[in-house]
Amino acid sequence: MEDRDVARVRGGRRARSRRRRVVIAVLCVLVVVAYAGSLMLGSTSYTLREVLAVIVGDDAPGAQFVVGRLRLPRATLAVVVGLSFGLAGVTFQTLLRNPLASPDIIGVTEGASAAAAVAIVTFSLSGLVVSGVAVAAGLGIALAIYLLAYRRGVAAGTRLILIGIGVAAMMQSVISWQLERATNFQLAEALRWLTGSLNGALWRDVVVVLVALVVLGTLVLVQTRDLAASQLGDDAASALGVRVERLRLLTIVAAVGLVCFATAASGPIAFLAFLCGPIAARIVGPRGSLLVPSALVGALLTLLADFAGQHAFGTRLPVGVVTGILGAPYLLYLIVRINRVGGTL
Amino acid sequence: MNPRLEIERLTLGYGDRDVVHGLDLVIPPGEVTAIVGPNACGKSTLLRSMTRLLPPRTGRVLLDGKAVHSMPAKQLARRLGLLPQSPIAPEGITVGDLVGRGRHPHQRTLARWSLADDRAVTSALKATDTLELVDRAVDELSGGQRQRVWIAMALAQQSEILLLDEPTTFLDVSHQVEVLDLLTELNRSKGTTIVMVLHDLNLAARYADHLIALREGRLYASGRPSEILEPGLVEHVFGMPSRVIPDPVSGKPLMIPIGRFHVTEG
Repeated sequence: MEDRDVARVRGGRRARSRRRRVVIAVLCVLVVVAYAGSLMLGSTSYTLREVLAVIVGDDAPGAQFVVGRLRLPRATLAVVVGLSFGLAGVTFQTLLRNPLASPDIIGVTEGASAAAAVAIVTFSLSGLVVSGVAVAAGLGIALAIYLLAYRRGVAAGTRLILIGIGVAAMMQSVISWQLERATNFQLAEALRWLTGSLNGALWRDVVVVLVALVVLGTLVLVQTRDLAASQLGDDAASALGVRVERLRLLTIVAAVGLVCFATAASGPIAFLAFLCGPIAARIVGPRGSLLVPSALVGALLTLLADFAGQHAFGTRLPVGVVTGILGAPYLLYLIVRINRVGGTL
Repeated sequence: MNPRLEIERLTLGYGDRDVVHGLDLVIPPGEVTAIVGPNACGKSTLLRSMTRLLPPRTGRVLLDGKAVHSMPAKQLARRLGLLPQSPIAPEGITVGDLVGRGRHPHQRTLARWSLADDRAVTSALKATDTLELVDRAVDELSGGQRQRVWIAMALAQQSEILLLDEPTTFLDVSHQVEVLDLLTELNRSKGTTIVMVLHDLNLAARYADHLIALREGRLYASGRPSEILEPGLVEHVFGMPSRVIPDPVSGKPLMIPIGRFHVTEG
């Protein structure tokens, strides 16, 4: 074989993966900048030096409370929650070969929220128990959707999405029903689960989400190649040596876990999981895995949306409202486009 | 390297319906085998089971005496490849990247892309005459080009046996012949065992060394096309009267269907 031909094939592949690496590097820089920005800027602004002093534990009068107690846990939670939603969303979308198959569209997030609402209102639970119930319910709902969509040995993508949308609607009505019954005190607690918000972020939440992200994120990332092969369809993937059902179960459980732990900390941030994958796909182009770029887009979007929610409007808006405003038109666009041309991520 | 692929008392099905019933088959190594039969006779189901996608109800698929359903998935995939009937090309993927997906069974989870991978991709592109398309998007290609690219993907897998589920469907006649020529060339030059499901009985008779006729999930006949293709087989398998004459181009049997109209002799 001529080396010139091999070099040509190799060159094309390398150029495309170089672009992906550049995108990842740029996204990392942007996340760091946005993170630093949300620590420094606000109703009172601090210099980078003051912020760094707080982080390393030096004495920084004035900045200690605002940066150390308020902004640092808030911004850090934004990053870990954003990474979790971004990674989970694109995992679903890749696995089910459909941009609508994101956990916040097919009822997984709603399931976690509804369970939390029931736990708070009907059973008067609070704190970490509620989070635990939400995670368990999210997994249960995902499993139920999966089983309902299961036919002929495979859970087909479109069926799964339609069933998921139905389940999401059901969960919404459970939430409304619970809110009707809630006392004022419970209402405040329950609302935290219904609108994504980073208000009152605690280090405890950050640690829980971070641990889940490291464990479950690794579980997803080691499947990168199998996920790429699975995009060719179940038959082709199986012929390439992918154990399709095992891959699907493993990655769905991991992604649902990511979503539920993040939801337990911040509430369901509207459309975040849904938006990150397609945005990452546009900027990376058709090469390689979108898992890492999408997670980074998630972190960046969360930081920016939360910052905008706090400062850009006359009143303070929770991050979920801002992402909702961004996400809804995109959902409409996507549905129109799928109607016209069909298509995947 | 002479892989023996055998099927032993294989029963396959979906739900409560059996599609293949106690099938026994031997695939001749190093030859081109075509599987023919009417719609829903279990052809595609059989191929799916050979690559482990569908577990057998009873019986076994054996590769060199070992049951494929208990072999490690990637190890099997390095020896046995399958091109399904309608694989999905991810939106916007380039030809080079799609063909590269065929290297999956040769790659470890976190290993980097190797020179051997690039060589295999290049060689598959050249064999299918698609090297010039390497940086194009698969979406933009014509049907014939696209099918050659998919075959290139299967070739990049470098398996000793290649199964193809109706590789010529949706192609016009010149591209059908082109694909079958390509597969024959692959068989003759590299010794790859080819097993394909084909719709067109006459193309199957021309291109196959070995013909397998299935009917309702059971083996009706197998052997050289010249030995088994006769009007009785067509009548039993496809339920249609016909005549079989020598193909003036290849000397292989040529089936002429007899319908209700346009028949001038008795």
